[in-house]
Amino acid sequence: MLTKDQAGEIFDRIRKHSTAEEVEVLFYGGKSALTRFANNTIHQNVAEENYGVSVRTAFGGRTARATTNKFDNESLKRVVQATEALAKVQQPDRDLLSMPDAGTLTMQGPPSRHFDQTAAITAEQRADSVSKIVGIATKHKLTTAGIFSTSESVEGIFNSRGLSDWHTQTSSEVSITMLAGNSSGWQKANSPDIRNLDPQALAEIAAKKAIESANPKEISPGKHTVILEPAAVLDMAGFMFFDFGGLAILDQRSFLNNRVGTKLFGENINISDDVAHPLQSGAPFDGEGVRRRRVPLVENGVVKRLVYARATAEKMKNSEYKDKVGIIEPTGHGFPIPNEMGEAPMNIVFAPPKEPKSIDQMIASTERGVLVTRLWYIREVDPYEKILTGMTRDGTFYVEDGKVRHGIRNFRFNESLIHMLSHVEEMGTPVRASGEESFDMVVPAMKVREFNFTEVTKF
Amino acid sequence: MQEIAEWALSTAALRGASYADTRIGDERSRALATKNGKIASASDAESQGIGVRVIAEGAWGFAASGNLSREAVEATAAKAVAIAKASARVKQHDIQLAPEKPATADWTSPFKIDPFATSVEQNLDLLLKIDSELRSVAGVTLAETNMNFRRDEQWFLSSEGASIHQTKYTTGVGYTAYAFAGSEIQKRSYPNSYGGQWQNKGYELVEELKLVENARRVGEEAVALLKAERCPEGVFTIILDGSQLGLQIHESVGHPIELDRVLGMEANFAGTSFLTVDKLRNLRYGSELVNIVADARQEHGPGLGTFGFDDEGVPAQCTPIISNGLFTGYLSSRETAYTIGANRSGGTLRAEGWNRLPIIRMTNISILPGVHPLTREQLIAGTDSGIYMETNRSWSIDDKRYNFQFGCEAGWEIKNGNRTRMLKNPSYSGITTEFWNSLDAICSRDQWVLWGTPHCGKGQPQQVMGTGHGAAPARFRNIKVGSAYKGN
Repeated sequence: MLTKDQAGEIFDRIRKHSTAEEVEVLFYGGKSALTRFANNTIHQNVAEENYGVSVRTAFGGRTARATTNKFDNESLKRVVQATEALAKVQQPDRDLLSMPDAGTLTMQGPPSRHFDQTAAITAEQRADSVSKIVGIATKHKLTTAGIFSTSESVEGIFNSRGLSDWHTQTSSEVSITMLAGNSSGWQKANSPDIRNLDPQALAEIAAKKAIESANPKEISPGKHTVILEPAAVLDMAGFMFFDFGGLAILDQRSFLNNRVGTKLFGENINISDDVAHPLQSGAPFDGEGVRRRRVPLVENGVVKRLVYARATAEKMKNSEYKDKVGIIEPTGHGFPIPNEMGEAPMNIVFAPPKEPKSIDQMIASTERGVLVTRLWYIREVDPYEKILTGMTRDGTFYVEDGKVRHGIRNFRFNESLIHMLSHVEEMGTPVRASGEESFDMVVPAMKVREFNFTEVTKF
Repeated sequence: MQEIAEWALSTAALRGASYADTRIGDERSRALATKNGKIASASDAESQGIGVRVIAEGAWGFAASGNLSREAVEATAAKAVAIAKASARVKQHDIQLAPEKPATADWTSPFKIDPFATSVEQNLDLLLKIDSELRSVAGVTLAETNMNFRRDEQWFLSSEGASIHQTKYTTGVGYTAYAFAGSEIQKRSYPNSYGGQWQNKGYELVEELKLVENARRVGEEAVALLKAERCPEGVFTIILDGSQLGLQIHESVGHPIELDRVLGMEANFAGTSFLTVDKLRNLRYGSELVNIVADARQEHGPGLGTFGFDDEGVPAQCTPIISNGLFTGYLSSRETAYTIGANRSGGTLRAEGWNRLPIIRMTNISILPGVHPLTREQLIAGTDSGIYMETNRSWSIDDKRYNFQFGCEAGWEIKNGNRTRMLKNPSYSGITTEFWNSLDAICSRDQWVLWGTPHCGKGQPQQVMGTGHGAAPARFRNIKVGSAYKGN
């Protein structure tokens, strides 16, 4: 693995090649491996090791970036020249700030997210674990497909104003689909610490879902009470957080335009961005090296605050919105500069409800409804009302009189996120969840009234 | 590079691989973007490395490294073999490949102007000129433009004796105007949404597209949408513009014909397919007018799915996918072709880069134009009542590729053969085969454009790939319109 000392030496060489007023270098990379299985066979099995540097130079309001994965002097010189050439032809931008200095590092980072046990996992160990998953599939006369991946990564930043920060972490992930003749079930989990994963338990749950949703019946689309498992909540909710950046408001592309400070969701919705949360993951600094702060985004349904990169905070303070968007300050959520998006909260944590309910309790309290394991191919239909469309997948069940009755054919939904988060009847204890449409979050299962299914498919 | 590749192949053989191939990639890209009169992004990137794919003990292994030193390359090849042997612990049968004669070739995608040789200053000036045109329209609240160039050079060598050197140039350019007012955000894009038009061309693509000339109209349409009537809900005749039809092909033909999906290999993420092997040459996929091919050959055009050879050394081919409405072909690889008993791979195995395992990807999946002369205007003139929809805004389809829903940026009502009032938020939905069977007219070759879809995601770890889709405006009968807003 690339170390901070090695990165420091590379940064010094890059600085020597540069004529710019300011230089910033991002380091990234690591080792990753992914074992993929389908039809009860490991059919793809990959590993990669790669590192890169992304160099940004700045000349009086002009900046650009160039990236390479080669660290020899000639390559570093070439990448510096490329970024300088791109920067020098621009007109100066008065909104471009000087790079931050080391003063931004005073905040405490999260506890270590690097676990030797995860980093040490071998291809043989992943294969053995897959073998056990296949064994569970075979036991239930099912076919399984999925992945088991592990990685060890670095992320670092150095700039010519003396800032340097470094983050290492590990990651492990298991995703399992169990397929029967006309039904399927799915489970997924990830963690920096592989000891938190239980692939066999996940395989059993996925198998149970596949078996119990066999021979799905068709029920009519319309507005149904739904019980969304955490992965389904995550994949929906993820579509709104890019709108919580200050630049999205300034660009007038956010569904929060004219809505910050208003009660947009139900009283029971409380959301923060918190990189230090024990179930969260990722580096404690942003694309400029500013330490990430905890930001309360939604309190009792009211949109309270936005997140900001340094430049966005300055622009917002001088904008027509400055008195309408709550506290304005750099929060450590900026993307590497230059970029079009500005910033976004990427460490979302839903607060636990006063009276958490398990999914079984939610089912027991439901007269008629739909239990949803997973959602798929979600896209935004209306950017201001935040109407999303997508499909249910891999375990959709009809619930009646407090019990799961049978599997049902998958639905298409067209549901407003604002409506959804305003009609949450019950919530579970938030967990670290992982889906396919959004980044990982700490989210609860939710029971939602009047969820809008518009069509049903053929399976 | 040949020598580096030989280090990998020799090591793989010594470690026990029965088959090995290696791709050394040298990738370069540039991304320029503006937003509301300023430079939003200016970046260059380069990446070089090696990927080694092997079969050992009857199973696959793959390893990649950005380090091209002899020590690192040999270690990478050894790791690929070790991974393959681990894979062999969980297998049902040994991997078999359809035969392919090893090729020796050198191929470069044709281009007139090397995009990296053009002036960045002039590129940015063009984008800022477009931006200025867009924002000259009162009511445009956000203007975004982008220009992207790629150069991908690759050396492919295999233990069977293949040695193929390929270089591909890609250019993409486009822009979007947004209009926000009250409680509504509308947008219009040109030449297409989500990054514009992309092809395997040089800078000449930028010069061909009349970008500045269309900017004011695009801005005006974005603002006009705010005051337009909402598209009605019901069952209508619809006419789709070529770019939207291209994405319709991508989602409801291109993905379900991927043989890895059909065989269950993508079941955990991308999904499977309704096109089970019993449907080949038996399923009426569309009406008699529907003829769709998967064509990676240069003669099909400069699509993002055009190449000389795929990433396991199989030459570019044209496969009939739907012939006069009948389902006739899949996208295949050497492994999947063998599995279904085909004589040869269709040549569609591609990787995002040197660090990714190649998987089945769409090439250029194109609907052939109508044989009789028919312009879009003539098609509209021949339609009594309907809705014309243009430029994709949202897209979604289930994991077997039956049920889809698309939203477009703008629509227009058709009455008595005339394009009349503008309609906002048009959407349509349906079931794949029912939809394609409802096609009753398609415009002719002069209306046909080879559109680029630059960001198709598939695989684990996920890979992004560019695909091509030739399409001309077409008409569909009895289509469900407006479900996207039903109940909202």
